[in-house]
Parts: sequence; C-alpha cells; structure tokens
Amino acid sequence: MRAESPGPQHEWLDGDAGPVVRPYTLTGGRVRPPVGLDLVAFVLAGRSADPAAHPRLHPEHRRLVELARRPVPVAELAAELDLAVGVVRVLVGDLLARGLVSVHEPAGTAFLPDDNILKAVVNGLRAL
Amino acid sequence: MDSVRYDRNGSGVRIPLALKILIAGGFGAGKTTLVSALSEVRPLQTEEVLTGAGIGVDDLSGVEGKSTTTVAMDFGRITINEDLQVYLFGTPGQDRFWFLWDELAFGALGAVVLADTRRLADCFPSIDYFEQRNIPFVVGVNCFDDGRRFSLDAVRQALDLDPGVPLLFCDARDRQSGKLVLISLVEHVARQRGEPVPA
Repeated sequence: MRAESPGPQHEWLDGDAGPVVRPYTLTGGRVRPPVGLDLVAFVLAGRSADPAAHPRLHPEHRRLVELARRPVPVAELAAELDLAVGVVRVLVGDLLARGLVSVHEPAGTAFLPDDNILKAVVNGLRAL
Repeated sequence: MDSVRYDRNGSGVRIPLALKILIAGGFGAGKTTLVSALSEVRPLQTEEVLTGAGIGVDDLSGVEGKSTTTVAMDFGRITINEDLQVYLFGTPGQDRFWFLWDELAFGALGAVVLADTRRLADCFPSIDYFEQRNIPFVVGVNCFDDGRRFSLDAVRQALDLDPGVPLLFCDARDRQSGKLVLISLVEHVARQRGEPVPA
C-alpha cells in the first residue's frame, strides 16, 4: 500500500509526516463512512455474522469481522489491520450496511463518568 | 454498573465502557515512552490519513489514485475490569496536526501534559488547547537524567499554570510513576465534579 516516491511538493510531506500512501484504494475511493465512529467506538460482529456469504467483501472486511467476535474499539482494529483509521471507518461502514456488525459509540462530550466509575479507575490504577 | 451498555442485537455481550485519556506535550517530551510504560498491551500505533478529502467532501472519485500521507498516533490500553477500559492516546507532536487533536479530544476524560524543563515552552500549545476547551488536565514534569531540576513552584510560575491544575514530577519510563500521574488526573476530574475521590 505504500509508495516509495515522495510525490509532488506538499506542505505536509516531510520527515515528520509518515510515508506517502494511497490509503483509499481499498475503499474504491470512498473516504467518508456512513456513520461517525469514534476511535473508541466498539465494533461487535453479530453472533451469526458470516462474511463468506458476501463474496464482494475484501479480505480486510473478513478480518474485521473475525477480530470483532469480541467488542473491539475502532483504533484497535486499525492497529491490528495496519490500516489508517479513516480506511477502517469506511470498511466498518460496509459491514454495518450488510448487518454483519453493530457499533457502540461512546457516550460523547456530554457524558461524564459518575463518581463510582472514577473511584473504580483510581482503585484499578493503584492495583496495577 | 449501569454505565455498561448491552448489545442492541440482544446477544447479551457486554460492551465495556472506554475512557479516553490524552497524553500530550512537546516533541520528545516522553509521550510515547509514557504510553508504552503504562499500556498492558504492546503500545499500538494507528494512523490517520492527512488529506483534505476527510474534511467536507463525501466521495472523491479518483482519490484512490492520489498520494497522501499519514500521521501516526500511539495508543495503549489499561483494563480496569471487564466493564471498564482506559485508552491512552499520544497526541501528534506537530502543531499543524491540530485537527487530529479535536478528534482525539472528543469525549476524552482528560489529558496529561508532559513537560520537559529543558524545553518548557514546547508544552504551551498543549496547555492552551486543553484550557480553551475546558478539558481537565494535569502537568507531569518528566525528569530526564540530564534535565535541570527546577522546583515545582518555579515550573508552575513559568507555565503560568492555574493553581488548581495538578503539577507533579514523573519519570515517563517508570510504570509506577506514570500510574501516579494518571491517578492525579482522575482525582482532578473528580474534584472538578465536586466529588472528591476518597483516598
């Protein structure tokens, strides 16, 4: 997926940026998923999800379904597949549209964990 | 715990609650080191694509043929219990990647800003960012072996830090030290809610 040449001059292309890639080849040029998908949104495959029944799916789609047999956040899926988060979002959107996975978004900015949760976090960290 | 959500498909699988904590600070301040020291899994890396395509454009025909680049984000996981997980995300060090910060910061519990006393000014942008967005944060002064030691008071003054923001020394390589920084953040979040966490 990675190309060697740095491509044309671009303000973002230097040593601090990553290698030049063509990340959206896998998604056929689609860059925007149909759903939001936070980095810590959990993806969970349906119990009877069978990606083999969908011959047009890529191998990456199938791997996503296998990884999501337990709830896995989007960021972890991207790391496991070594794909950019934006690409994984589109692929998860494909699976969602076929009913193969469900997505569980975090509660968002309005949400503040209650005192019991914060206590559990502090105690859990102390026990590490 | 009522915060645990159940699978909408009724499969009965429990979906953990994931809390997001950002690890920020200037380039070389020890963000990656701290995430590595604290994560229970090998620190993971994910990439976000740097392209205008993600901003305000739904579908670009031909984008598959366009070269772009990515920026790496380190992250790690701490499992508190089966229903509760803490995810640590290292912020990209370069200012021009601010737009990624907004995504990282969405819904975050809070942030740790790592300061390096040799280059204290490097963490100003991080502090400004969290102050402006009212995201609770603590400042960890990473003690490098060759770093000059300043008193916490001197650092607080140099950073013009609000008296309510916790400031502590830490060693980003050391798990126990990193733990104390995270604990001070969670206690700070609890204090801001007006409900101190009992010791």
